[in-house]
Amino acid sequence: MLRACLRGANATARKNYRRIPLTSLQQCRHYTAGESSSASKVVVAGLLTVSGGIGGTVLYAKWDHKFRAAVEKNVPYSDWLLGLALGPAAQDPGLPIKKRVELAQPPSMIEKQVKKEGAEGPVKDSSPAPSQPAQSLEECNECHEHKEATAVHPAPTEPMKERPVEEVAARLAQQEQEEQDISASVSASLEDSLASSAKATLQAIGAQEAALQAIMQHTDKLKEAMEAEVLPEEKSNQWKDLEAALADRTTALNDARAALSKANESLDSLRSVIDESKGLKISSVRPLVLAAEENLHNMVVDLDKMVMKVQSAESEAKIVSQYSELVNEAKRQFQREVSSLTPEIQANWKGLTGKLSTDDLNALIAHAHRRIDQLNRELAEQKVREKIHIDAALEQQKLEDQKALDNAVNTALQHVKEDARLDQERKLAELREVMEAEMRTQLRRQAAAHTDHVQDVLKVQEHELKAEAEQVLSSKMLEQETRYRQLTQEQLDNFTLDMNTAYARLKGVEEAIDSHVVAEDEARKAHQLWLSVEALSYSLKTAEADVPTVPLENAAQAVRDSCRDNDFALALASALPEKSLQRGVYSEASLRARFNSLRSLARRVALIDESRNSLYQYFLSYLQAALLFEKSQEAPPSQLSSEDLDPFKLLSYASYCLEHGDLELAAKLVNQLRGEARRVVEDWLIEARLTLETRQVVNLLSAYANAVGLGTTQAP
Amino acid sequence: MFSMSEKELGKKWDRCLADGAIKLGTGLGLGIVFSVLFFKRHTWPISLGSGAGLGMAYANCQNNLRSHYMLHRGDKEQ
Repeated sequence: MLRACLRGANATARKNYRRIPLTSLQQCRHYTAGESSSASKVVVAGLLTVSGGIGGTVLYAKWDHKFRAAVEKNVPYSDWLLGLALGPAAQDPGLPIKKRVELAQPPSMIEKQVKKEGAEGPVKDSSPAPSQPAQSLEECNECHEHKEATAVHPAPTEPMKERPVEEVAARLAQQEQEEQDISASVSASLEDSLASSAKATLQAIGAQEAALQAIMQHTDKLKEAMEAEVLPEEKSNQWKDLEAALADRTTALNDARAALSKANESLDSLRSVIDESKGLKISSVRPLVLAAEENLHNMVVDLDKMVMKVQSAESEAKIVSQYSELVNEAKRQFQREVSSLTPEIQANWKGLTGKLSTDDLNALIAHAHRRIDQLNRELAEQKVREKIHIDAALEQQKLEDQKALDNAVNTALQHVKEDARLDQERKLAELREVMEAEMRTQLRRQAAAHTDHVQDVLKVQEHELKAEAEQVLSSKMLEQETRYRQLTQEQLDNFTLDMNTAYARLKGVEEAIDSHVVAEDEARKAHQLWLSVEALSYSLKTAEADVPTVPLENAAQAVRDSCRDNDFALALASALPEKSLQRGVYSEASLRARFNSLRSLARRVALIDESRNSLYQYFLSYLQAALLFEKSQEAPPSQLSSEDLDPFKLLSYASYCLEHGDLELAAKLVNQLRGEARRVVEDWLIEARLTLETRQVVNLLSAYANAVGLGTTQAP
Repeated sequence: MFSMSEKELGKKWDRCLADGAIKLGTGLGLGIVFSVLFFKRHTWPISLGSGAGLGMAYANCQNNLRSHYMLHRGDKEQ
């Protein structure tokens, strides 16, 4: 734009150089300035638009991630720019997790396939991603392959690779080994703890039984002691026994308690071991765990029963002891009262009946009556109180019973719950086993199907390979055969070729000999022909000044005779014009001489033709001939133009040709004459033609004869 | 046998001249005769006669020379 303007400026400057240079330059400068200002405006506007577009794109990409992705996909290097401007693209968390889940599922399936191919082992259908929140697989909780879990996490991000069979088998074997070890250890520990807890529980139960027995014995003894009226010695024995029994009971109880605590301890340890082994989550351990749990439960139940029995016995014993205490207390009080009344009387007053006086007896009886009254009153009181007490006691008993009932109910509930849980677990274990068995059968079926398929494929491949190999074999065989045949054929061909060449040579030799004979014959004939032709050409030369040659008939006849079987020569010989045969031909010299006289005549009648043939024209023609001078001989051009057809010129050309021996050309030129001149030279032309013809034929014949002669002559 | 077309013209001229001479003479003679006999020795019959003779001779000569180029009635009819 600027350049164009400058050019325009220069042009205008040159135009208006003298007139208004300054203003035009100024104008142009103004133009250029204006142009440049508008150009800068355009440039600035363009820059603004571009930057605005880029900024808008970046902002929108920041707001809409899909747009950003689309831009990054379609425009190269935009991802770099956008990353620079906005940071790396944030991934949408919702979708990819689902995708990962889905991706995790098929890789697990693929892995399943791979592992199935590798070895049968524990089923890995529990697969993937127990860490994933929305897992719908039930076996998620029983997922025991941590490795699998960790393997699946990178699986969605990596392309799936089939693990080699050996690795898989090794892994499986390793896992199995580990499992076995763990299960062995767990079972060992379980057994140990079970044994110990069983022993402890049995011990505890035994101790409890013993305690129970002791308690029962004690209570019995106590009852006996309370109710039986036996002799004092026996009573003291009884009391002793009772004390012994009490001691026994306490020791038994202590033992029982200790044993119970030990049993509880061992049971707790067993429980902890069970929980631990449950925590390991190995399927082979489960039945052991289950059995252990059942045992534990049974032991707990037995223990509780025993404890309850012991407790009931204890409560009974408490009642009996309370009763015994009360009785003892009463007895002691009575004893005290009696002793207070009769201080001198000993406790064992039954043995002192003879020592007592009547006063003492009366006092005693009065005291006894008073006592009886008191006792009656007390009894009545007691009865009333007793009712109340009984009610209270009943209430208390009820409460205690309720408590005991509650406890019993709770324990029973617990037991039942425990039972139910154990049942459920047992059922679960059974179900799992069943399912495992089913899975195994399915897998076995799949394996069988796979082996069948592989067998089929192998068969097919075998077929194909066999076919291919056979094909290759057959092709090779064919090749060999063809080569063999080719070789034999070649040999045969060579032999036949040799035979043929030999035969041909023989034939050639024969032919050569024959042709020699023929050739000699031919040569003779050719010679004859040549001689006759020579005679003919010689006879042509016999022409003298105005006398034509001798008639050529004889020579022609001779020629004809000598070439009887030669068509070409015959044709030529018969091509001789009749006139020449009958009359002979003129020689060239005579024709030349005649032409000279003709020439002047032709010149004189040059103007006469069909249209001009009055006498006046004749006069004019004669005048022309007298006045026109031309060269007597002029070399004719190679091509005649229209101006060369003037008779004078033609005659000069013709005489030139005749002088130089070219009769043919002269005849041709003379042939161009028209009108009267032509009529005048007609005969000359005829004669010339005749001569030319005859000469041509003779030349041909002689050439032919020469050729034939040359052909037949053998080169030395 | 040996027809020479070039001699024809000469022959024609000869004939022309001969014919012209004859006709001229005849005309002249006749003219003289007539002038003497009938026209009181005026010159005009002589010149007339010679002229006529000459003229006839001219015409004859021309005709003779043209004869080759003229198509005769007989040829046409043929």
